[in-house]
Amino acid sequence: MAIVFEKPHALTDAPLHYCPGCTHGIVHRLVAQALDELGVEGRAVGVASVGCSVMSYDYFACDMVEAPHGRAQAVATGLKRARPDNVIFTYQGDGDLAAIGTAETVHAATRGENITVIFINNAIYGMTGGQMAPTSLPGQITQTTPYGRDTNTAGYPVRVCELLSTLDGVAFAQRVTVDSVQNVNIARKAIKKAFQNQLDGKGYSIVEVLSTCPTNWGLSPVEALDWLRQNMIPYYPLGVYKDVEAGVKK
Amino acid sequence: MKDLNIVFAGFGGQGVLFAGKVTAYAGLLSGKELSWLPSYGPEMRGGTANCSVCVSDAPIGSPLVTAPNVLVAMNLPSLDKFIDAVEPGGVVLIDSTLIDKKVERDDVTVYYLPATALSEEKGLRGLANMILIGKLFAAVCCGEGERAFCSWETLDRALQKCVPARKAEMLAYNRQAIQLGATL
Amino acid sequence: MAEKVLMKGNEALAEAAIRAGCHHFFGYPITPQTELAAYMAKRMPQVGGTYLQAESELAAINMVLGAASAGVRAMTSSSSPGVSLKGEGISYMAGSDLPALIINVQRGGPGLGGIQPSQADYWQATKAGGHGDFQVLVFAPSTVQEMVDLVSDAFDAADKYRMPAMILADGMLGQMMEPVILPEAGEKQPVEKPWAANGHQNKRPHNVINSLYLTPEKLEDLVLERYERYKVIEATEQRAEEYLVEDAELVVVAYGASARVARSAVNKAREQGKKVGLIRPITLWPFPKDTLKAAASHVGKMLTVEMSMGQMVDDVRLAVECKIPVHFFGRTGGIIPTPAEVLGEIDRLLEE
Repeated sequence: MAIVFEKPHALTDAPLHYCPGCTHGIVHRLVAQALDELGVEGRAVGVASVGCSVMSYDYFACDMVEAPHGRAQAVATGLKRARPDNVIFTYQGDGDLAAIGTAETVHAATRGENITVIFINNAIYGMTGGQMAPTSLPGQITQTTPYGRDTNTAGYPVRVCELLSTLDGVAFAQRVTVDSVQNVNIARKAIKKAFQNQLDGKGYSIVEVLSTCPTNWGLSPVEALDWLRQNMIPYYPLGVYKDVEAGVKK
Repeated sequence: MKDLNIVFAGFGGQGVLFAGKVTAYAGLLSGKELSWLPSYGPEMRGGTANCSVCVSDAPIGSPLVTAPNVLVAMNLPSLDKFIDAVEPGGVVLIDSTLIDKKVERDDVTVYYLPATALSEEKGLRGLANMILIGKLFAAVCCGEGERAFCSWETLDRALQKCVPARKAEMLAYNRQAIQLGATL
Repeated sequence: MAEKVLMKGNEALAEAAIRAGCHHFFGYPITPQTELAAYMAKRMPQVGGTYLQAESELAAINMVLGAASAGVRAMTSSSSPGVSLKGEGISYMAGSDLPALIINVQRGGPGLGGIQPSQADYWQATKAGGHGDFQVLVFAPSTVQEMVDLVSDAFDAADKYRMPAMILADGMLGQMMEPVILPEAGEKQPVEKPWAANGHQNKRPHNVINSLYLTPEKLEDLVLERYERYKVIEATEQRAEEYLVEDAELVVVAYGASARVARSAVNKAREQGKKVGLIRPITLWPFPKDTLKAAASHVGKMLTVEMSMGQMVDDVRLAVECKIPVHFFGRTGGIIPTPAEVLGEIDRLLEE
């Protein structure tokens, strides 16, 4: 029988702990596929962050480092500067990358660190049980915004790709999602390109993946995908925000 | 030698730290134990600046000189700050161009040298510190006294160590200033 | 033999680190350690190394964590308020069994405090460097030459025991110049680090550098294993200098800059015929309990001298098992005690 699909080599056999309907699993697979296709698992080192994906060090088969909350890109900087031939990526959620780790993110980006950043934006803190994230939408109900995110007191969401694309150090910034086969394919290409850029020495590349959190959004997996399409994509438009190679700068 | 504990004091930009460094290097090249400790603070230029230099046959304990036996004072606030702390029998060198005041103590040896005025007269602007160094070494470090530890040749080698390569042309001016001070 | 050169403590620390094979420095400017970073910025490109000015002390220590994870010798340096920020990374490195060197050129605190020399971070260095059950190796030089020597020893010990090491200096030692003899570079072979996250090259299972263990039994086991290592360190790595202790009636205990002041006071006391000695801890963790305990069998009393409100004095009391009285004299806030002040305290205690 012909094999039409296999688990990527760069994923271990450990069963994922993610909730049903969570899109972390898809993104893990896309990252592992990119490592496989580029043949770099053996020299890749991933940096896990604090949040739902904290245990991604058990899932990726390359060497892994678990960073303190928010510091993944500082840790990645140290790894890359120590061994420039290694392929370094971070895998971070919105709280890690855009709240506690904003300084590390902005400065790794502006330095043009030659690393690959995979950013999971699901507009909520998952691991701690559904609190407001820096990317929670105006009016969004969370455990810590029980009356909806009031922009007068809780401010506005952070649009990471838009923010980072203004920095000269950034080579590539694209926002994708994984709600459909078509969009998964776009995400796959974006993630592979973010790694290829590193191999080519182009500098800082980030792929923001709009993701679902059915558990903390209080929705079924299918409803969650609908909510993402109806609410997140309009606020966080998909697309390439910066690509120095193609001369794109939105 | 008897322990030599010097305070060089003035304002930032006069080269008090550099004068101390030349003295420290002279100690090093003479095979002595020594330390050099600067005051440090937020002012980069124009504020008070001083440094402690200790030269001894024995390892240096506290490098902070609180009772100097030599004081080199390059401005009035520095003289006022340190003059009472000088040990009886100590030596005080004063840049009399900038300090219009006589020391009232009679238990210390005081040299009044118009170092800043001389430096400008002789085309050695900015080298009042080295004029004072010339006098310091003539009176104390290269002298016959109990705190002498150094030869003129060693002082010159110390100077060569301290003048950075990118300012090599300054070496000759520094030497002139030291010679001028030594003959005052 | 190599030539004696005159160097600032901060610069000597930096050069010694480079010669000990540290080619990765991550820092953030703060007085009074800034010369160290400036020196690294100048020298690292000459040796093909990395100097990186991070956006914060938090970032700097985590860059060190990353570089140490990759298996290279890495370091950061700061002064008291900055070291507080590094506490997070130090705890994570201890929990991940990562070797690295942290330098603290102490200044007065708490808060922004001042910029003058202090020893008020003794507790932070030896007991409270971050959250959790852990220790870091703490070395306390008292001369510029010893700063050079201890940098190399600290890197070696950190690698040997797979844990962070700290040089606890202060603004006086960092800013002062003394003659030093530097070791030749590359005298030591790099240590093999098979645990490093540097790419498995498809030849071994993946390495994971991590401090997260959600199963309490597993976490306890790991902490217990670490404490077994600490026991070995406490048994074998204690270091102290004894000066005129043999016939002393009173022994001054002081480390780092205050030990220099204490030594001047002890010399003065001896000139006056008083039987006074000095014990100078060189390692603050492990604390040189054995030396102090041995001295307590023939010394009448001890006096700790610190540039703090007395952070080491309890460790001295514990070391001598309260068999003899241990007194304290200190100045804080950036004041360096004078030998005369210390001598006054010695005289008072001898007359008691």
